[in-house]
Amino acid sequence: MEHIRFILIQNRAGKTRLAKWYMQFDDDEKQKLIEEVHAVVTVRDAKHTNFVEVICVADSLSVLQFRNFKIIYRRYAGLYFCICVDVNDNNLAYLEAIHNFVEVLNEYFHNVCELDLVFNFYKVYTVVDEMFLAGEIRETSQTKVLKQLLMLQSLE
Amino acid sequence: MPAVSKGDGMRGLAVFISDIRNCKSKEAEIKRINKELANIRSKFKGDKALDGYSKKKYVCKLLFIFLLGHDIDFGHMEAVNLLSSNKYTEKQIDSMDSVKQSAALCLLRLYKASPDLVPMGEWTARVVHLLNDQHMGVVTAAVSLITCLCKKNPDDFKTCISLAVSRLSRIVSSASTDLQDYTYYFVPAPWLSVKLLRLLQCYPPPEDAAVKGRLVECLETVLNKAQEPPKSKKVQHSNAKNAILFETISLIIHYDSEPNLLVRACNQLGQFLQHRETNLRYLALESMCTLASSEFSHEAVKTHIDTVINALKTERDVSVRQRAADLLYAMCDRSNAKQIVSEMLRYLETADYAIREEIVLKVAILAEKYAVDYSWYVDTILNLIRIAGDYVSEEVWYRVLQIVTNRDDVQGYAAKTVFEALQAPACHENMVKVGGYILGEFGNLIAGDPRSSPPVQFSLLHSKFHLCSVATRALLLSTYIKFINLFPETKATIQAVLRAGSQLRNADVELQQRAVEYLTLSSVASTDVLATVLEEMPPFPERESSILAKLKRKKGPGAGSALDDGRRDPSSNDINGGVEPTPSTVSTPSPSADLLGLRAAPPPAAPPASAGAGNLLVDVFDGPAAQPSLGPTPEEAFLSPGPEDIGPPIPEADELLNKFVCKNNGVLFENQLLQIGVKSEFRQNLGRMYLFYGNKTSVQFQNFSPTVVHPGDLQTQLAVQTKRVAAQVDGGAQVQQVLNIECLRDFLTPPLLSVRFRYGGAPQALTLKLPVTINKFFQPTEMAAQDFFQRWKQLSLPQQEAQKIFKANHPMDAEVTKAKLLGFGSALLDNVDPNPENFVGAGIIQTKALQVGCLLRLEPNAQAQMYRLTLRTSKEPVSRHLCELLAQQF
Repeated sequence: MEHIRFILIQNRAGKTRLAKWYMQFDDDEKQKLIEEVHAVVTVRDAKHTNFVEVICVADSLSVLQFRNFKIIYRRYAGLYFCICVDVNDNNLAYLEAIHNFVEVLNEYFHNVCELDLVFNFYKVYTVVDEMFLAGEIRETSQTKVLKQLLMLQSLE
Repeated sequence: MPAVSKGDGMRGLAVFISDIRNCKSKEAEIKRINKELANIRSKFKGDKALDGYSKKKYVCKLLFIFLLGHDIDFGHMEAVNLLSSNKYTEKQIDSMDSVKQSAALCLLRLYKASPDLVPMGEWTARVVHLLNDQHMGVVTAAVSLITCLCKKNPDDFKTCISLAVSRLSRIVSSASTDLQDYTYYFVPAPWLSVKLLRLLQCYPPPEDAAVKGRLVECLETVLNKAQEPPKSKKVQHSNAKNAILFETISLIIHYDSEPNLLVRACNQLGQFLQHRETNLRYLALESMCTLASSEFSHEAVKTHIDTVINALKTERDVSVRQRAADLLYAMCDRSNAKQIVSEMLRYLETADYAIREEIVLKVAILAEKYAVDYSWYVDTILNLIRIAGDYVSEEVWYRVLQIVTNRDDVQGYAAKTVFEALQAPACHENMVKVGGYILGEFGNLIAGDPRSSPPVQFSLLHSKFHLCSVATRALLLSTYIKFINLFPETKATIQAVLRAGSQLRNADVELQQRAVEYLTLSSVASTDVLATVLEEMPPFPERESSILAKLKRKKGPGAGSALDDGRRDPSSNDINGGVEPTPSTVSTPSPSADLLGLRAAPPPAAPPASAGAGNLLVDVFDGPAAQPSLGPTPEEAFLSPGPEDIGPPIPEADELLNKFVCKNNGVLFENQLLQIGVKSEFRQNLGRMYLFYGNKTSVQFQNFSPTVVHPGDLQTQLAVQTKRVAAQVDGGAQVQQVLNIECLRDFLTPPLLSVRFRYGGAPQALTLKLPVTINKFFQPTEMAAQDFFQRWKQLSLPQQEAQKIFKANHPMDAEVTKAKLLGFGSALLDNVDPNPENFVGAGIIQTKALQVGCLLRLEPNAQAQMYRLTLRTSKEPVSRHLCELLAQQF
């Protein structure tokens, strides 16, 4: 089982700013998941936890399967950063993985805002790939990630 | 696409990715990938040793291909070679780290896809020793790989335990700045610590005493640190610290062998139960739930009962309340069962609809499992029905009947209690069912009291008869015939009831048949025969509680340990473990079978299983009074099908139904033989529908019989009266059928229309969905913008709102949209939404029992060809249902 099933960045209106899938879903399923995540996350406020359990019916093997996921999310201004993991995974570790990721983005884009993510979406994918790979947390050191990103950029 | 220009030092990879992205079709992509795979294969096989850069490039290409979802059946060796390579010079070390990380995770991915392809054996030691790597990033990736591999081959990877412990120990005991890059808000390597702790959960406690001692020291250090003042006020600091703490507690629970640590963990979680952070309260409740199942910490968990009950009452987030309910369920034992059950019952009165059924099941299970006296159990279940009758499933009320039937010490009490419960002017139909059954079996136990004399019992039950569904009425008829046996003095009254035209000629075959058969039985059978046929039900054979099975089903395959019934309390088996099966019960219905015989055909009063009794029944109907036409012949059953006899709706039934959501007239169905037209009008909660059946052939249809069937609970929600139509429809002719419809309460599924006839001697059958949807009972409501927004705000609970964002299926034309919304039934309100493109509507759904106010808003986005539809009503299922119905229309 992959630990991370997908990473999603959406704004309040439901526009997807990043979707990284670590598990096979067909397009319909992806769309359904994106809508479902938006629907469950945006109604929550500060008195709620940062975790939502969702049950998703997937049909990819043409056998009906219930998969239990949970979404760990954090809101930054108008953006929701969501990581979908197994129900047994460590909530706080992924919650801080999100923040760690956001701090790297902030450093990389110098005060990141939503527009940075729109115009440099491919760079955001590179950042994701430096920090997460194959559904696992790959690198957690901000210094290392940024150094690698700058190295990659210098080769452009 | 900027992929190429971006570059990352591996131009070949960038070109390849960009090629893939430019592929116009799946076939082109596969072709390109196959070309690349052939190339990589030849490179790997070639004589020339590849340099690190090339290996990295090719492995990354493989990784990319794999991430695209394609199978990879080679390259594992090269990935592992990269892991263990030591040829690289110091100045390449940075990219080396990165490659090792990628290679480890790539191997992990390959292994998951096809474990057989990865030949472990010789590589095991090298992989395990990555835990010693000087670079934390490599260790982080390696732990993921090892955690996955050791699940399949735990013995091969056993050596990782001591390495993981020493790595963990070094991190945990390091100062908050020792690890520099890997220190996160003063917490050293939180993610790596969590991963190491999870790896250790794949194994039992270490056997080596030294390793174990070192690990216990680590766990204690983590628990100690939780008590130290925080090094930072930032939430990141406490989250990172607590991520490690919760994983440590998971490991302690996993080992379940250190009482001291278990109790310390419990105390720590107890502190979190009152923390101001909702996240921590939630996680503490969740974690405590597993602690409750350890014999060492069960008592410690129980000390927090008041806090948990308080959480159930006050938490704002429903998922936190749910965890509190789970924990109460897990910490319940005989000492606190009464308190917990009564708190759960109280919570049930205000609980969210989404979790009511689960709470009902939990209460029913706890009440049964920990009942010391069964009168408490009976009280609890009847309370459940009183408070949340709609959510009490068949399993629950079947179960109470089984238990009462099987324990004669509670039967008198049960009869008295249901008799009292039935006195309430409005009692739930499930109460009538339980009451009817119990009085029919054990009413004699309270008949001595003049306040509950047989005639009083009968008239009390019969006063509910007319308000009940067919299934309940059928059950009551069985109760009545049992009364005739128990109380001969009620015979005349009951026979009169059975003989009444409303029963003997009831349109429902099941009721009609029961009335006819019971009347005959009571007239022809001698007292002895009656007493044998209608003897008290024998005890039920005991199996797994059907309620427990249902709760497990509801929770799905990933059900947590909190639901596991087989847990520590050894005393739970004595009284409540089950009733001894008795030999006489061999052929009585199993608990999960249809207990009351409502679905089975005749005879509902199940006779005892002895052969003699079976023959008696046959004798009764073979006697002189028996009419040959008593039982339904196959032909008659064909003409007036019960709900079980009709086929499923035709595949396009939903699509046909959708066409009528926003209009009332049109052709509902047409094939080569038959055309069905619909004309209907609705006012308030009433409707009249004309169905026109046209025979398109030149041959007469015979045995033509259209019927309306109410699946499930629908008959309590919608009343449909139909008139019979002529059984023959001439070729080219059309017959008309009138339906009178009354909406009793909100409903979600439409009735079914089953049409059967014979065409040229061949039977034809067709089931459609009758175009009656809840929006037909809309009354449009005009209101000013201010009123609209006020009401909109009043309906702001998350469950009152349903929203859908969907692609337009038809051209987005404002006039057409308007017409559809008006056809849907709501009023269209102008000048309410600040955006003139949007549509806003309001209306009231009229049912006999209640009115449901509905507000809707439709936001078209012409650019994206999308809509967003939002419905708010005071009833959650209605919001969702209307939203689904309407979303199909655009």
